[in-house]
Amino acid sequence: MEHDAAVRGVSTGTTIMAVTFDGGVIIGSDSRATRGGEEVSSKTINKLVQVHQRIFCCMAGSLADAQAVLKTASFQLNLHSVQMEAPPRVIAAASLLRKLCYHNKDELQAGFITAGWDPQKGPQVYVVSLGGMLISQPFTIAGSGSTYIYGYTDAKYRPHMTREEGLQFVTNALALAMGRDNVSGGVAHLVVITEEGAEHVVIPGNKLPKFHDE
Amino acid sequence: MSEKHLLVQSEGAGHGMEIDSISSGSPASPSPLGAQPMQLNGCRSFRSMLGSPDISLANNAYWGIPSRRWDANAWKRQSSSAEQLPVLMSLFGGEMSLLRSPLQPPSPGFSFDLTERNAVLGRLLEGSPPPRPVKTGTTISGMVFRDGVVLGADTRATSGDVVADKMCAKIHRISANMYCCGAGTAADTQKTTDLLASNLALFSLNSQRAPRVLMAASILQDTLYRYGGQIGAHLILGGVDYSGAHLYTVGPYGSVDKLPFVSMGSGSMAALGILEDRYKPNMEVEEAKVLVRDSVQAGIMGDLGSGSNVDLCVITAQAVDYIRPYQESQYTNGRNRKYKYPPGTTALLSEKVVPLRMELVTEAVQRMETH
Repeated sequence: MEHDAAVRGVSTGTTIMAVTFDGGVIIGSDSRATRGGEEVSSKTINKLVQVHQRIFCCMAGSLADAQAVLKTASFQLNLHSVQMEAPPRVIAAASLLRKLCYHNKDELQAGFITAGWDPQKGPQVYVVSLGGMLISQPFTIAGSGSTYIYGYTDAKYRPHMTREEGLQFVTNALALAMGRDNVSGGVAHLVVITEEGAEHVVIPGNKLPKFHDE
Repeated sequence: MSEKHLLVQSEGAGHGMEIDSISSGSPASPSPLGAQPMQLNGCRSFRSMLGSPDISLANNAYWGIPSRRWDANAWKRQSSSAEQLPVLMSLFGGEMSLLRSPLQPPSPGFSFDLTERNAVLGRLLEGSPPPRPVKTGTTISGMVFRDGVVLGADTRATSGDVVADKMCAKIHRISANMYCCGAGTAADTQKTTDLLASNLALFSLNSQRAPRVLMAASILQDTLYRYGGQIGAHLILGGVDYSGAHLYTVGPYGSVDKLPFVSMGSGSMAALGILEDRYKPNMEVEEAKVLVRDSVQAGIMGDLGSGSNVDLCVITAQAVDYIRPYQESQYTNGRNRKYKYPPGTTALLSEKVVPLRMELVTEAVQRMETH
């Protein structure tokens, strides 16, 4: 098997993002997993993992590491929720991921975006980067494809968007990133999380918005 | 240079943006995003955490029945002073540590016991090249059809440039309702699937439940992740349980993907082309068998590491049809394996009988207890 210098094994090689809108968050990702930077090992991989009813995480980096961390974190989050007899806060999920990523930074190659809704603080977006940094932002982008859309997201983001505006924002951003980054592609997965619950929207590749040169 | 530094990763796969990261955590700081040699001692901590019983999901499935511990070192201590015995003992001791006890949580971290054995063997071989590990250099594929799952594999095992086994069995039985194809290092796929089969059998007996395919995939993922890619097992796991037919692929680093059709091994690209072209959901069984056979055949013809026959395994809720071989290679060398001559082949020319005179010297009768 080819050894990718940067990532061991299958890489999520991704574009992931999350944005808050009025009343909830939208978290989105592409669906391509690559091996060695040359071969697409899966066109339909699910990078959006539900760790609790209203908390989703998306993964970037080595697929094996990210899946292992998320399995551990969801188990611990569930245990925490049972012990507290209350649904966990989004910050709890993000903190668990941060703890795992930080204390094992020498062995892991995985980063995450955690987004969700809780009654205490409403919609929130957190990003846990490779080395274990945890910050909260109104919107965030990550993954190898994110470098191509910093300008777009900085220019187009507005606070207090509506649900439809938020969906359009995320769809456009993902489409632009998938168009330029070779290791991002496939379909666009979006999850809209509000007080009512989570709704999964899938946009197939051929239904993504097209831009000037396509 | 200040410890805080700005890192922007603009190439490579899947690394997020790291701003203002304090890098004091990594001594002798190579870029955390660049290629690091695997620190084998460091590997223990995250993976060892997965080995401890209150965290690993796989271990929650073991019903915690205590059993005798195989002490790998006890074998070595008891060995005599003979030169060969320590080798044998370490051979068994090394193996025992791997198989130590399926009921107990696996020991954390990566076990280096077998490197000791390899070093001893290397000294014994003294200069002649060590045997190359047998790889399956394979084409394996699988797909979900209307009533279940079809798995297919070629049957060539290679050791370097030589075909070590022309009729290697790559579809391993995990349980009555689950089979697993393995590509990569032959020993690794065999041992990993054997361990999984043993553990699931024990689980079944203890819980009186048939295991789910999801559980088997999860156990494989945990095991392979713990060894950080050192176990070269690329697996396709397929089966039917109460919730339907499922097909999973597990990589050597511990990544799992659930797919409607998949192929692995050196011939996977050739096989995938066929599957991508002709796969449809809810196919009939005969059509599905032909499609999987065609995909493996594409690997056999297009990949040097795959060859010989095609094995198929059709798993449905009612039965398992393990067809070995489904298709025989047309490139045999016509050699008869059996050289049995029918009675009468050798002509009898003459016969001479000489009776042997025997003299009865003593006679003793001993009664035997028969009940």
